[in-house]
Amino acid sequence: MAKVYAGIATSHVPAIGVAFDQQLWDEPYWKPLFDGYKPAQKWIRDNTPDVAIVVYNDHASALSLEVIPTFAIGVADEFQPADEGWGPRQVPVVKGHSELAWHLAESLIINEFDMTIMNRMEVDHGLTVPLNVTCGVCEEWPFPVIPIAVNVVMFPVPSGDRCFRLGQQIRKAVESFPKDLKVAVYGTGGMSHQIHGERSGMINKEFDLALLDDLTRNPERLRKIQHLEYVRECGAEGIEMVMWQAMRGSLSNNIHEVYRHYHVPASNTGAGLIILEEDKY
Amino acid sequence: MEYAEIKKLKEQFEEVPGTYLFNADRCRQGYHLNMFCMSMQKDENRRAFLADEESYLDQFPMTPAQRQAVLDRDWIGMIKLGANIYYMAKLGATDGRSFQYMAGEMTGQGQEGYRKMMVDGGRIVEGNRNISDNGGKVINKSNLEGGK
Repeated sequence: MAKVYAGIATSHVPAIGVAFDQQLWDEPYWKPLFDGYKPAQKWIRDNTPDVAIVVYNDHASALSLEVIPTFAIGVADEFQPADEGWGPRQVPVVKGHSELAWHLAESLIINEFDMTIMNRMEVDHGLTVPLNVTCGVCEEWPFPVIPIAVNVVMFPVPSGDRCFRLGQQIRKAVESFPKDLKVAVYGTGGMSHQIHGERSGMINKEFDLALLDDLTRNPERLRKIQHLEYVRECGAEGIEMVMWQAMRGSLSNNIHEVYRHYHVPASNTGAGLIILEEDKY
Repeated sequence: MEYAEIKKLKEQFEEVPGTYLFNADRCRQGYHLNMFCMSMQKDENRRAFLADEESYLDQFPMTPAQRQAVLDRDWIGMIKLGANIYYMAKLGATDGRSFQYMAGEMTGQGQEGYRKMMVDGGRIVEGNRNISDNGGKVINKSNLEGGK
């Protein structure tokens, strides 16, 4: 049977993608951030998933204001990199896992998460930067990906608690899939950042580090954090951390932290990364 | 949730200074402005816009104020008129501008001042939580300057 063996959360800053694309990892500005990604990349090489479910958000790339799904799942065989205004990133095409994706869609909808089914979806930095962060620069991504896009752009966005429950249902769906697959669930976005208005640039390191701590120590606190608290404490766009709750919800309570990394700044952002692993898998 | 409760919820976010949460009201207000920005995703549109901005904008029924803000590249003005940052960033990219440039413009710190604040740990949260903290004004102070 398929199983969720690990959860990974990471920021998905576009400038990190640019730094990968332009090979800036030894520049003084970027080196401390990129050095901190190396142990995560080694862990992924040693513990490569058969499939990754990546909970992320689209930034007006595949989805515009014409249609605003709260939750959308990509069921295609592949997903092309999106043009975000400066041409598509020169990264590999993201291969999907259509069979598991359709099973997830069926299971989630039957269990009352109304997924919008995407047979075609370009993927932007929200998805490709986390792949770079954890896999480095590749000719082909080392595993297929099922994208789950969450609306965190137009309010009301789903609560952290609802995302946590989505994660729980993702786990149930994976566990009922009748093939032996090691599945990793990614939560992406955050941590502290605000990129609009006069308050742009907000960083709250204490808030971010407490969130990293409580993914293992006190996930119940995190799932209850309200939107207003995110906006006030860690910047309006820090709301993306509701997607980290989906990752956490997909894990059991018998987990341990494998690795973390936190660095300020990555452009406008407090960049965080954490790998959580099931004790027994 | 009752209409009045939703209204109250939205008002709470308006108490965070220098923040224009992209809610249903702003989505409705800024729809055509944002859809113009969305069109900048395509290279042929970027070229057409840059070749003749006024004519290109005629396709989008935005308000005169929104149109002027686009022509003036008045970034904070666009935000106040319902632009969403992820849409607006496509206009920025069309001009070859980064997020940091737009942030420097929106905050009034300029790109270099803004960049320095970020290198110094980013904007401090103390005094920037609520409009009552500092008379509605956002404090331009880094975490380093704030002793954090």
